[in-house]
Amino acid sequence: MNLWGAIITGIGTLFLFLGNLGVLRLPDVYNRVQAGTKCTTLGAFLTIIGVGIMQPAWFWKTLVIALFILVTNPISSHAIARASRKIGVSLCDRTVVDKTKEFVEYKEEA
Amino acid sequence: MSVMIIVFLALIGTGIFLCFLRMLIGPTASDRAVAIDTITTTVVALLVLFGFIFERYVYLDVSLVYAVLSFVGLVALARFLERGI
Repeated sequence: MNLWGAIITGIGTLFLFLGNLGVLRLPDVYNRVQAGTKCTTLGAFLTIIGVGIMQPAWFWKTLVIALFILVTNPISSHAIARASRKIGVSLCDRTVVDKTKEFVEYKEEA
Repeated sequence: MSVMIIVFLALIGTGIFLCFLRMLIGPTASDRAVAIDTITTTVVALLVLFGFIFERYVYLDVSLVYAVLSFVGLVALARFLERGI
């Protein structure tokens, strides 16, 4: 039982809660993707590493799980965001700049 | 110790419940896919925390396999949303 591991796990669970709250409250699909991938990746990474510090015999396996999440979670979120942009899910009303308009029109032509 | 564990589990459980509400009321299919993505990543961390609480090493294997299967499933779901299987 280590104090630093408990502190790191607490920060990680706080980031997980904030990410899930952002998925509920933000107005748009792309904002939800951003909240749901950034906060959740950092939160899961800190939670798993904190458990590895609290239980030192498990450290290398928790490091493997954390690195796997750190690599694969942005890939799946990027795939979902790209697919939802290609099928034309609309942006929210307060959007200022849309640089992917040509991308969608090119997809509709092809 | 036990108060700390209860606070961690309450934070993660409340987060999963909020994300489940987004999965129920999401207007499009992409919202539901994003909610599924967030829930699976949260559940991987929750399984590792369960392994620490119950002192079972097997939960780490379960968590790793769950992470691999959720990644493959979400990539397949994104491809299905884009052009159909």
